[in-house]
Amino acid sequence: MIRLEKRPEPSRFWTAVTPVLAVLTTMIAGGVLFAMLGKDPLESIRTIFWDPLFNAQFADFARPQLLVKAGPLILIALGLSLGFRAGIWNIGAEGQYIAGAICGAGVALAFYPLDSWIVFPLMVLAGALGGWAWGMIPALLKIRFGTNEILVSLMLVYVAEQFLASMSLGLLRNPEGHGFPGSRNLQEYPAAANTEIIAGTGMHWGVMTAFLAVIAAYVLLNRHILGFHIRLAGQSPRAARFAGVSPPLLVAFCLGTSGALAGLAGLFEVAGPAGQISIDFNVGYGFTAIIVAFLGRLHPVGILLAGLLMALTYIGGELAQFMLGLPAAAIQAFQGMLLFFLLGFDVFSNYRVRRVTSEVA
Amino acid sequence: MKPMHKLLTAAALSLGLAGAAAAQDPVKVGFVYVGPIGDGGWTYEHNKGRLAVEEHFGDAVETVYQESVPEGADAERVLTQMALSGADLIFTTSFGYMDATVNVAKKFPDVKFEHATGYKRADNVSTYSARFYEGRAIQGHIAGKLTETNKIGYIGSFPIPEVVRGINASFLHARKANPEVEFSIVWAYTWFDPAKEADAAQALIEQGADVIMQHTDSTAPLAAAEKAGGVIGFGQASDMAEYKPEPRVSSIIDNWAPYYIDRVQAVIDGTWESQDVWHGIDEGMVEIGEITDAVPAEVREEALALKESIASGAYHPFTGPINKQDGSVWLAEGETADDGTLLGMDFYVEGITGDLPK
Repeated sequence: MIRLEKRPEPSRFWTAVTPVLAVLTTMIAGGVLFAMLGKDPLESIRTIFWDPLFNAQFADFARPQLLVKAGPLILIALGLSLGFRAGIWNIGAEGQYIAGAICGAGVALAFYPLDSWIVFPLMVLAGALGGWAWGMIPALLKIRFGTNEILVSLMLVYVAEQFLASMSLGLLRNPEGHGFPGSRNLQEYPAAANTEIIAGTGMHWGVMTAFLAVIAAYVLLNRHILGFHIRLAGQSPRAARFAGVSPPLLVAFCLGTSGALAGLAGLFEVAGPAGQISIDFNVGYGFTAIIVAFLGRLHPVGILLAGLLMALTYIGGELAQFMLGLPAAAIQAFQGMLLFFLLGFDVFSNYRVRRVTSEVA
Repeated sequence: MKPMHKLLTAAALSLGLAGAAAAQDPVKVGFVYVGPIGDGGWTYEHNKGRLAVEEHFGDAVETVYQESVPEGADAERVLTQMALSGADLIFTTSFGYMDATVNVAKKFPDVKFEHATGYKRADNVSTYSARFYEGRAIQGHIAGKLTETNKIGYIGSFPIPEVVRGINASFLHARKANPEVEFSIVWAYTWFDPAKEADAAQALIEQGADVIMQHTDSTAPLAAAEKAGGVIGFGQASDMAEYKPEPRVSSIIDNWAPYYIDRVQAVIDGTWESQDVWHGIDEGMVEIGEITDAVPAEVREEALALKESIASGAYHPFTGPINKQDGSVWLAEGETADDGTLLGMDFYVEGITGDLPK
């Protein structure tokens, strides 16, 4: 008989190994799925994981795109991981991402067409503030009224989406856009454009910020008392309280910071790759970042790697769609499997598998 | 004479060889879709056009497609990768791909692009669209005749000119058929989201609408109408024949196949040039699906007569006198709308209640 026995604390070995196992199992299960769809499984997996990096035809374009796609995922996931570690669940990063983009783009459009170096820094500030403010709503409601931050933050995503639609049609609409919804294209406004720092690398200011945030999060969690408090609050709320951690302060810090980082991601996206505020500006980075945060084991370096991996499945998945004719839904199922298997394998991190010789009672 | 002859033979030979080489190397045609190919509406019809291209040209073309591509930064990447993969001609089939199409076209001057429903063109970017409003006029007439509650529900996607034009055309002809008609308009802010579309239809039906018109891509509104009973609707972008004879009493079918075949042929012949095409019922890009027995014979005759007069050019769906919503004159008696105004239409006509989101 096999029995699961709870470990006193999660196994370090399994915690490190499960993401790798999850990726491998996803490849196998995905391969089976693709084979059932009548596609060559090996070729499919190669197209998703190998071609964007090393195929001569695509790699030059796809490699920088990895950074472009991974940047916002990493930035948002880092913020989320702080809260997740402390048991504070911000599910509404998508809304904070939108709020940051609207505020940042709003600042840019208010200055248009002023050509000054000050515009971009102000936009960054506004983006962070917008996301922070949107994240502070569930924080304040939780502190003051004890509301559930999961529900409030998630519901605020839909509020933000309506707000986005209203902005695209009203206040921020391009006056020269023939009446079509959507703002001016910020890529065509040099003072506000989030351009590549080194041309052709995909490395724009948002990706740079994401890398800096990885370092900052690492230092915070490992070298700073606040990081210790966050971890403590997640592992043992009672002990945390004895150690003098103030729960309201922690809630405000985690939701505020993750909101600000999501807002920054939105700002860099709207000023860079997306270019404009439009009704369907948001494409789900805020939700995908939840997968990235867990896949990266809520660890800054892990999140960096997980973000890049997730970006790879997006870009490779697109390649597989039009090169091999795989349906979009199959690629989404493939990405979903990743989280599914990860959570499945996590049993081994938290439990020990024991063979019990059955005794006759 | 002789050397000249030789030269000509050589030229003919090399041309023949080049032709043979071209024949072996199929023209690669890409399609970018905003919804899944199984949406049963907009994307489904574009994909039918793609399949028609494959069938028509056989081995001479290779087609690739990508479905459910978000409008925005992702579209630009998908287009770039498609161009990198060696596509010669790419159709981008949603309004929101406009900037992405133009941006990528700049980077790949040798690749031809065709953008549906947009207005930005370049040497290697054409635009094409269909005069759906012609079909909307016919639907409006049927809707006006058939409604008993005098309430018609309309599910809009985005308040862009194409959609506003459809609302205005439907409303004008519904009012002409029945002066008591009122429109309730709901904006879904999506092209394809069956759950949202069903919710919108449900809400409109609960408010008393017994006709549902839609400018979104899925069959969900028709499914909601069927469930409610006593409510009719129309196939949008595709025939949606599975809901015949009721709730679907007729449909607008977008037939892209002839245009796609035409443009692929132009690339093969080397005669492709940037252009702007806006075809209607006359050219066959807009088709009116079967008007079912749920519609009284008399109304069907009227609808078909309307279709004929639009196709022949005898009647323009936007013929004055028409006032704007605020009461100001748009078209005087007998005046017809020019394409420029239609393409940028950002106002409701008189009689529609509610504000156009701005």
